[in-house]
Amino acid sequence: MTDVINAFVLIANFILVPGLTYGSQLGLGALGVTMIYSVLRFSNFAHGEMMSFGAMVTILMTWWMQAQGFSFGPLPTALFALPVSIIATIGLTLTSDRLVFRYYREIKAPPVTLLIVSMGLMFFLGGLIRFIIGPNDQQFFDGERFILKARDFKAMTGLSEGLAIKSTQGITVVLALLMVSFVFWFLTYTRTGKSMRAYSNNEDLALLSGINPDRVVMVTWIITAVLITLAGTLYGLDKSYKPYTYLSLLLPIFASAIVGGIGSPVGAILGGFVIAFAELFITFAYKRVLGYLLPEQLEPSGLMQLLTTDYKIALSFVILVLVLIIKPTGIAGGKTL
Amino acid sequence: MTNHHRTYFAFLMMTILLIAVGILQSWNVAFNILNLCVISAIMALGVNMQWGYAGLVNFGIMGFVAIGGLAGVVISMPPVTEAWQAGGVKLMLGFATMLAVIAIAIVFWKRTRGWKHLARRRYVIMAIILISGYAVFRYIADAAVVSIEAVDPAKTGYLGGLGLPILLSWIVGAIAAGLVAMLIGRIALGLRSDYLAIATLGISEIIIYILKNEDWLARGVKNVNGLPRPVPYEIDLQKEAWVNTLADGMGFSVVNASSLIVKIAYLSLFLAVLLVLFLMAEKALKSPWGRMMRAIRDNEVAAEAMGKDVKRRHLQIFIIGSAVLGLAGAMLTTLDGQFTPPSYQPLRFTFLIWVMVIVGGSGNNYGAIIGGFIIWFFWIEAEPIGLWLMDLLTSGMSEDSALRDHLLKSAAHTRLMTMGIIMMLVLRFSPKGLIPEAKR
Repeated sequence: MTDVINAFVLIANFILVPGLTYGSQLGLGALGVTMIYSVLRFSNFAHGEMMSFGAMVTILMTWWMQAQGFSFGPLPTALFALPVSIIATIGLTLTSDRLVFRYYREIKAPPVTLLIVSMGLMFFLGGLIRFIIGPNDQQFFDGERFILKARDFKAMTGLSEGLAIKSTQGITVVLALLMVSFVFWFLTYTRTGKSMRAYSNNEDLALLSGINPDRVVMVTWIITAVLITLAGTLYGLDKSYKPYTYLSLLLPIFASAIVGGIGSPVGAILGGFVIAFAELFITFAYKRVLGYLLPEQLEPSGLMQLLTTDYKIALSFVILVLVLIIKPTGIAGGKTL
Repeated sequence: MTNHHRTYFAFLMMTILLIAVGILQSWNVAFNILNLCVISAIMALGVNMQWGYAGLVNFGIMGFVAIGGLAGVVISMPPVTEAWQAGGVKLMLGFATMLAVIAIAIVFWKRTRGWKHLARRRYVIMAIILISGYAVFRYIADAAVVSIEAVDPAKTGYLGGLGLPILLSWIVGAIAAGLVAMLIGRIALGLRSDYLAIATLGISEIIIYILKNEDWLARGVKNVNGLPRPVPYEIDLQKEAWVNTLADGMGFSVVNASSLIVKIAYLSLFLAVLLVLFLMAEKALKSPWGRMMRAIRDNEVAAEAMGKDVKRRHLQIFIIGSAVLGLAGAMLTTLDGQFTPPSYQPLRFTFLIWVMVIVGGSGNNYGAIIGGFIIWFFWIEAEPIGLWLMDLLTSGMSEDSALRDHLLKSAAHTRLMTMGIIMMLVLRFSPKGLIPEAKR
């Protein structure tokens, strides 16, 4: 019996906890992509850089607060810098909409034009961010590192496998849960949320019913900005902040949105977890788990790994391509492009 | 200004800029830039075929370029006989097994279509065939890979190439990229523009991941260096009498002169390829085929109604464009003399080429070439220009000012910003690019 529990703890420690964290980060990003896609009808390639921008403002604010001597005990200072960075990111999204995207909406440009335009914005933001904070790794985590330490867990339960939960992992999951519930509540129950869904469903009909399109677009950008800042900051807090990683994060995020079904908020979250868990389950070495579960004679000699961890990120692209080929509308049945 | 004037003007400007670099920096830098300008122009030409003629969004440029580069290694490097003895044959056996399994799976799938008594079990059997096939493949291949990679890993650790002249790889690279494009096109071209963009981007990342991690193929992140060259080496040139007299006559040092001669030799090869490709592209664009392509791009439904096979034409142009990208990739590896998988990044090899096509003018071959030249020039020169500008801007500040220090240090990143601004401005105010598509 202990063997089974040990095997489970092993999986929880190396797959469930990291998967929940990474899945939440991807889900937050994908939710933003999906919102922009369903209301503004284009794939925003600047999304990754926007996340990077949000995280950058958080970092700058955190440094400033640390320099002023603020400290929040076990909680990281970055959490309290979030309001400022959210406002800054809202400023960024609204400005880029006003200066860049609005024109193409007005001339009713095809989505692919907007996609290419967002690529230009991606270049610009990438340069701006590197100009301000430089291309290097930045550390901005402070406070208590662990909620649960592996050693404490072992002492508590007497098991031979430990379970560790980093505080960034806890914060990520809690904040993501709060934010996602807020977005769903907003979309389902508020007047503005309903008008957004109406606009996304049928633009002409929504306009006829007196919905103000500018307002819908503005609210969409504001909510997306909050999602963007959270996703960017949480990822940077949990892993580390480096401008380049956010460009490579773009594709897993698109993968999550598409796997879940682009245009579907539930799908975005679902897709994030599908991608995160698929990466971990397929690249995990099951040798030790099987060691606990199988009788001694049958213990495997290899690592029992389906694919090496080198291919971890490539896997999300494989899933993306498979979904695109087999079921382009995604799991939750979003729009077909 | 008509298109002709614009083209002349743009090429004149480019010449002046390059001469300025030659005088202000050095002629070696100028020819370096020019060589890469030509390669970039060929890449832009390839993307222009897909996007400009046919409206296909290919964000997988990086992957095709890398496949071309791989061809450079596979064709030109000498074979590592020890590695072939250690596990090469076994690995090939592994691949043969995998192919056989896939063939069996396909035959099974096709033959059992409509077999009611199998029902759901058809999927189960299919899964069993594939999974057990994969297990057998891994069983054979893993051991082979380990023994190949163990052969003198600091120097080889891979199968090596065929030891043929590297110029052959330009053709092979194009064909290989075209074949991969055929595979990708068959599965991805049915998707609409946004999805196609994301799918091709994903596939190109997968290709790079494979190149980075499969050490037996091209040493992965350990890179392959010292590829044979189609042009003479500087060291040998410096011993030649005519090089010495020429260097004396021009007032260059012999070292400088020899490296210039090498660069000019590369340049003439590249220009020849560019010229041939350009003439072929122009001819194709003006032919009935080109007219059909544009018709399909502008209105797929109407073209289909006129009896044009839209799907087939899309696949065709996707393959041709990607082959051009593969050719450019092989040329790039030849110029570099090395194959470095980690250097393939989407920003440099996918998005930058798109900036070239958009800024130059999509649908127009002159535009694509000019775009390739201008954007590559500024991609390289934005750094010194940015540094110079920053120096000028901050000259009023005190020497030890932290802001000045930061601005000077960050000047290198202005090139990303410049690219973004140029692209957004062109898309907004001159969406057809510098040299718009000719009205026909």
